[in-house]
Amino acid sequence: MLKPTARRTTLPPAEPAEPVDTETVALLADRLRAASQARLGHELAIRHVNTGSCNGCELEIRALTGVVYNLTRFGLHFVDSPRHADVLLVTGPLTRNLRQALEQAWDATPEPKWVVALGDCAVDGGVFKGSYAVMDGTSNAIQVDLTISGCPPSPARILSGLRALLEANSP
Amino acid sequence: MSRALEIVEPAPREPCRPWPRHVLSAAQWSDLVREPVTLLAAWADPMQVLALFEDPFSETILLVSVAMDAGFYPALSPHHPGARFYERMIRDLWGHMAAGGDDGSWLDHGHWPHSKPLAIRPGPRPPTADPPEFQPVPEDTLMQWPIGPIGLGIGEAHHLRLTLDGTRIVRAESRLGYTHKGALTLMRSKSPRIAARFAARLAGDSTVAHSIAFAKATEAALAVLAPPRAVGLRGLMLRLERIATNLDDLGTIAGMVGAPEAQARCGVRQEYLRRGLADAFGHRLMMDCVVPGGVSADADANGLAALRQVLAALEDEIPQIRYLFGTGVLAARLTGLGVIAGGDAAQRCRVRLRAIDRDTGAAIDLLTDLPEGQLAVVLPLESGEGLGKAASARGDIWHWLRLDHGQIAAVFPRDPGWALWPLAEAALASSEARDAGSICASLGLPVSGMDL
Repeated sequence: MLKPTARRTTLPPAEPAEPVDTETVALLADRLRAASQARLGHELAIRHVNTGSCNGCELEIRALTGVVYNLTRFGLHFVDSPRHADVLLVTGPLTRNLRQALEQAWDATPEPKWVVALGDCAVDGGVFKGSYAVMDGTSNAIQVDLTISGCPPSPARILSGLRALLEANSP
Repeated sequence: MSRALEIVEPAPREPCRPWPRHVLSAAQWSDLVREPVTLLAAWADPMQVLALFEDPFSETILLVSVAMDAGFYPALSPHHPGARFYERMIRDLWGHMAAGGDDGSWLDHGHWPHSKPLAIRPGPRPPTADPPEFQPVPEDTLMQWPIGPIGLGIGEAHHLRLTLDGTRIVRAESRLGYTHKGALTLMRSKSPRIAARFAARLAGDSTVAHSIAFAKATEAALAVLAPPRAVGLRGLMLRLERIATNLDDLGTIAGMVGAPEAQARCGVRQEYLRRGLADAFGHRLMMDCVVPGGVSADADANGLAALRQVLAALEDEIPQIRYLFGTGVLAARLTGLGVIAGGDAAQRCRVRLRAIDRDTGAAIDLLTDLPEGQLAVVLPLESGEGLGKAASARGDIWHWLRLDHGQIAAVFPRDPGWALWPLAEAALASSEARDAGSICASLGLPVSGMDL
């Protein structure tokens, strides 16, 4: 039976985040200068690209969009089309069956763009490294700018990586 | 005795624990397939095709196999429509053809370095890539809408092809295999302890359930029992994983139909639960915590205390979440959505809420009464065949394996996705195109575990 409850708990506010890792920011900023790449500004639009993940990384990315981490307060948000994206957030060991899809997404993303390989699989294939069906990570198809390791990386870790990217891009 | 039992009874048996494997002739196989038995899974090894049935009359599990006859076996799909995807998968991985069945491709899209990777002699690489084939559009007034493999939102990679008449879906066809990682080849010739890492990464949302089914199959094959404390911890982890996955599914569905409060509440509870899991078991998803023979490490006492608080808070919150799903706009938006077998999206959400309720109570009980003792037993380096089962949030997971002196000779994990995708195709047909996303979300369609 469905009955309304008298007591209504309030939702918690977003938690304060750790300070951004200055070393990563400096490395990313150097990279930007070296490539004389235009800075993207105070806001990054992210397109998630699944290249064969087990759904573990996706669970943790979804957690980021919830009220506890509240990604949007930092100027980070997810978009549905690579044409609207500044960043491709790639998960999975890059299966051979998804290589073309990743390349199409990359081609569709306007310059300047960044590629983040998220999770051990995307970094180098992870446990699936060497399988006939995978290409051992994102970097074997497109150039990767930032890697976030972990199986899967925790939301706090993902957030720290994405915020470093944002800092490096801030004018 | 039921008719199905009468068919398998005269056949020779191979020792498989806890259910023997009936080695059927092609005629017996065809007879059994015609009976009203429930198909749970079908797979193969290089020499034969195996199938797992449940006989509803005698309530018995029937594991059967049939030897290949010049590369063919009698098809399952004419009598079990859900077997279509299994037949395609068996063709792609082992090269066995279903006589009278579906001979399309499923996992193999023509990009692998060789075909039939699990056959004794893998075949050459096909000359051209094999793009997914779909049924032709019958009339030129209809249009096709391709979705995926990189879908909308943060989810898994798959392809849906919707044939539309205006905004109404006339036919929905799915094509999977994009996330195929070659897990079965990686597990072969390894010890169960090492192969458990792959079993744990078949589906991240059901890593504990897959690990338990794999561990149980190994333990059955070797006739060993996990110690009582390991069994208790496994039961606890399985329930906690189901709660987290059900919360994730409910949150996703709520988000899809524009109910941010329900989505936020489910997300907050899931996040606090995952933190408790990290404290207690050292991993937010509990990956690699269950191993064949027991569990890999003991739970942290402070972490278990933290989990107790998380669960108590969740118990308090459940009425609020149930209220949001059961009344007002959310209920109205979910009612009548994706009707299949008499149930709609609203009903599927109620099933999930009940499961969260039940699992929370059971987890609290388990926490107060965890047996003491050792965590794992040593696995003997012996040969044997075994089946194991675990109930994930998405449905039953079965693992079968054959060990040869402590090494895996053949293995197959059956993910609930095999049963859910055919349902999704049926539920989408005659629905509105704009509802496709929420219908799929309400079914909680897993991809990776099924893509192997």
